[in-house]
Amino acid sequence: MELADIIIKFVLIVIIFAISLVVAMYSTYAERKVAAFFQDRIGPNRAGPWGILQPLADGGKMFLKEEIIPTNASAFLFIAGPSLAILTACIGSAVIPWGQHLTIGSHVIDLQVTDINVGVLYIFGVVSLGVYGVMIGGWASNNKYSLLGAIRAASQNISYEISMGLSIIALLMLTGTLSLREIAEQQHGFWSHGWFTWNVFRQPLGFLIFIVCAFAETNRTPFDLPECETELVGGYHTEYSSMKLGFYLFAEYINMFISSAVMATLYFGGYNFPFMHHLGLTENWVTILGVIALFAKIIFFIFFFMWVRWTIPRFRYDQLMDLGWKILIPLAIANIVLTGVIGTIFK
Amino acid sequence: MESLSNKKKLIESKPLNFWERAYLPAILSGLSITMKHFFRKPVTISYPEEKREFSENFRGMHSLKRDENGKERCTACGLCALSCPAEAITMIAAERQKGEEHLYREEKYAAVYEINMLRCIFCGLCEEACPKEAIYLDGDIVPADYLRKDFIYGKDKLVEAPLNQ
Repeated sequence: MELADIIIKFVLIVIIFAISLVVAMYSTYAERKVAAFFQDRIGPNRAGPWGILQPLADGGKMFLKEEIIPTNASAFLFIAGPSLAILTACIGSAVIPWGQHLTIGSHVIDLQVTDINVGVLYIFGVVSLGVYGVMIGGWASNNKYSLLGAIRAASQNISYEISMGLSIIALLMLTGTLSLREIAEQQHGFWSHGWFTWNVFRQPLGFLIFIVCAFAETNRTPFDLPECETELVGGYHTEYSSMKLGFYLFAEYINMFISSAVMATLYFGGYNFPFMHHLGLTENWVTILGVIALFAKIIFFIFFFMWVRWTIPRFRYDQLMDLGWKILIPLAIANIVLTGVIGTIFK
Repeated sequence: MESLSNKKKLIESKPLNFWERAYLPAILSGLSITMKHFFRKPVTISYPEEKREFSENFRGMHSLKRDENGKERCTACGLCALSCPAEAITMIAAERQKGEEHLYREEKYAAVYEINMLRCIFCGLCEEACPKEAIYLDGDIVPADYLRKDFIYGKDKLVEAPLNQ
């Protein structure tokens, strides 16, 4: 690898890292603004024009708050919890293909940090590591509400990972690869051979299962039981204050961003958009438009997360487990069988 | 038992059919309802910049009126204090001296007139009791403050501004 390539990769990593942080920051603002619009209110509008500076004000507040570590808490684990949460949230973006390639001079830049051939597995590994941040934080707090929240989070995430994985298997039977770049390439354009190329039109049931599981994995309403205020004070982060609390909240928004990106890549064509090669544009312009298309899809999914939050009330815990084990897993297995049968017939 | 009021309703609880149990159509209709609200005009009134209009008979902060020559109408008769159910009003009367005719309309006036805004319930009985049409609750909302003692409003805050100033 040449030095120039290393520098390019490094710059790419920094840009992606910065973008995911900025998106997460403005997701907090968007969450409040969207919530306000859904409730016929205006929302934050005092910090800067239309409240644009609100996330900065929130961040500043978080930094200036008193840092509390409870006396009976295990200090090392107490700090390790939020660090792990934000770490696992951030490294998920490494395998997502953000666009095709840019050609600058003699360099061809892949808009992806690394194209490993087990990208989907990598994402799953990172997602399941995310539970540890919550679990460790809840355990280290030495508080029964935190522990209950952490236990809920752990069992919920583990239950829903199963059906998420099963729904992905049906998708992988179609794509035949675990590389996210290749999966995105297979969904090239929008229409070919008399059918849509995007996977959502080949795997509608799989997508439905996947998105329900994504809600559960990111602890969003209607599955926000780990932090349900009405029962558990604040859930696993009850004892947290200052920026450590900020890290937990931030990790949740980054997770939301990453899972939106994964959903867009796996099921909604990633950076592909309709008529991408009928516009008569150069390669670089198609790539840039593709990146914009991917971000449009991601922003739509983030909006959808918020939209659902203000529509559906929270599940009861037994209902959550019922849905996960008795409905989604059988459905996902049926989806695999169906995909196999249809795939064999139409081969 | 037979219902006497005819308001009794029999509620049927049918078992849910397949689509109701599938939960998804209900979610979709819920999403469409929230989406309608997303585009609705916000009902918020951004308070300090924008104010909701008061009704005509709104009772706000009291003001002690002056007559057409700018003299204070109040004669410190004490009827307002007597009528006040919350005992919010106190006053000390004084006799008008020579040379003060342009200030006070009658020979007796209120040297000190205090209303405790924390006690006041804004019922308007003082304004009904006043024989001189000297007190009206026609002001704004009483503003917030930090200390209890600052809610006792004296004549400096209550009396109308003089005519020619």
